[in-house]
Amino acid sequence: MEPIIAAKVQESIDRFANKEVYIHLETTNGAYASHFDESFFSAGAYIRNAKLTYEHGKIVGEGPYRAGLKLSIGWVYAEGLTHFSFDEKGRLLLAGHGFDGKLAVALQIGEEPF
Amino acid sequence: MLTEIEKEQHVLVVFPHPDDEAFGVSGTIATHRKRGTPVTYACLTLGEMGRNLGNPPFATRESLPDIRKAELIKAAEAIDIQDLRMMGLRDKTLEFEDDNKMANLVSDLIAELNPSLIISFYPGFAVHPDHEATARAVVRAVRRLPEEKRPKLHLVAFANNTDADLGAPDLVYDVSDVLEQKMAALRAHISQTVWMLKEIEKLLAQNDEATVERITFERFWSYRWDDDKVSEL
Repeated sequence: MEPIIAAKVQESIDRFANKEVYIHLETTNGAYASHFDESFFSAGAYIRNAKLTYEHGKIVGEGPYRAGLKLSIGWVYAEGLTHFSFDEKGRLLLAGHGFDGKLAVALQIGEEPF
Repeated sequence: MLTEIEKEQHVLVVFPHPDDEAFGVSGTIATHRKRGTPVTYACLTLGEMGRNLGNPPFATRESLPDIRKAELIKAAEAIDIQDLRMMGLRDKTLEFEDDNKMANLVSDLIAELNPSLIISFYPGFAVHPDHEATARAVVRAVRRLPEEKRPKLHLVAFANNTDADLGAPDLVYDVSDVLEQKMAALRAHISQTVWMLKEIEKLLAQNDEATVERITFERFWSYRWDDDKVSEL
């Protein structure tokens, strides 16, 4: 993965708009966050291969970035995004790596399931 | 340093979250209403994504909007807002909305109400992404008007770099004579303000100087059209 180039990511988000796509979205503090720091409240969420269609989407911010997808009756978004790449199936992979380098958030969009 | 609140023809207040109006500007609104000036408050979302749900929880992610809607209505009553509008957008999504649609929303309100003053956030100094998106929409909508037809823009700024990069507020109002109404507006948003209010009320009772100043003075920055940094669409 490489540091996000917003224009490239935006182009890809635009290309997936109004198509049936598969979404992977996760946030995580890591399973040991509360173990290493008992005052830290660990929380996260995960959804894999949600099949949906969004009307438009945007990536905003100056890094870390935020990305939001507007659905006809809902929303998908992620914040803290730092890196991007495309896999061999042309799927967009966005990730946010914390100051320690660990993955904190991921948002992925593809026309084929993950 | 203190300024008198000018008499307005119609005041339009645009903020994204229920309670945005309570902290910084409810005393100013109450003052306008006391003089009989019509005030329209366009509250863009219902604060659906608020993280304060209590522990033990008093609300769920799904019930929070109804709670905050009721609180918003109560707060509007406390400062006598006679025209409260809930604009139906969703918390934490404003910056992802179509920017033209956001500006049009404000343009439509201006066309309907012809306000002499708009109160909102100062773009670039408003901290939360929803605040920033709201501020940009307001500036873009007003910028569409010829200069002589633009309502005044009195904006709230609270980013850490405000003093350094924007300077001191050009308008500071003493709202102590409507303080009870302001406190009632803050109390109306109890789901989000309970902990802060406990602290504020304790400090006010002790006559803590910094707290008295924070609550009784409301600060605004007039928008600097000569240093307009909001991008064109």
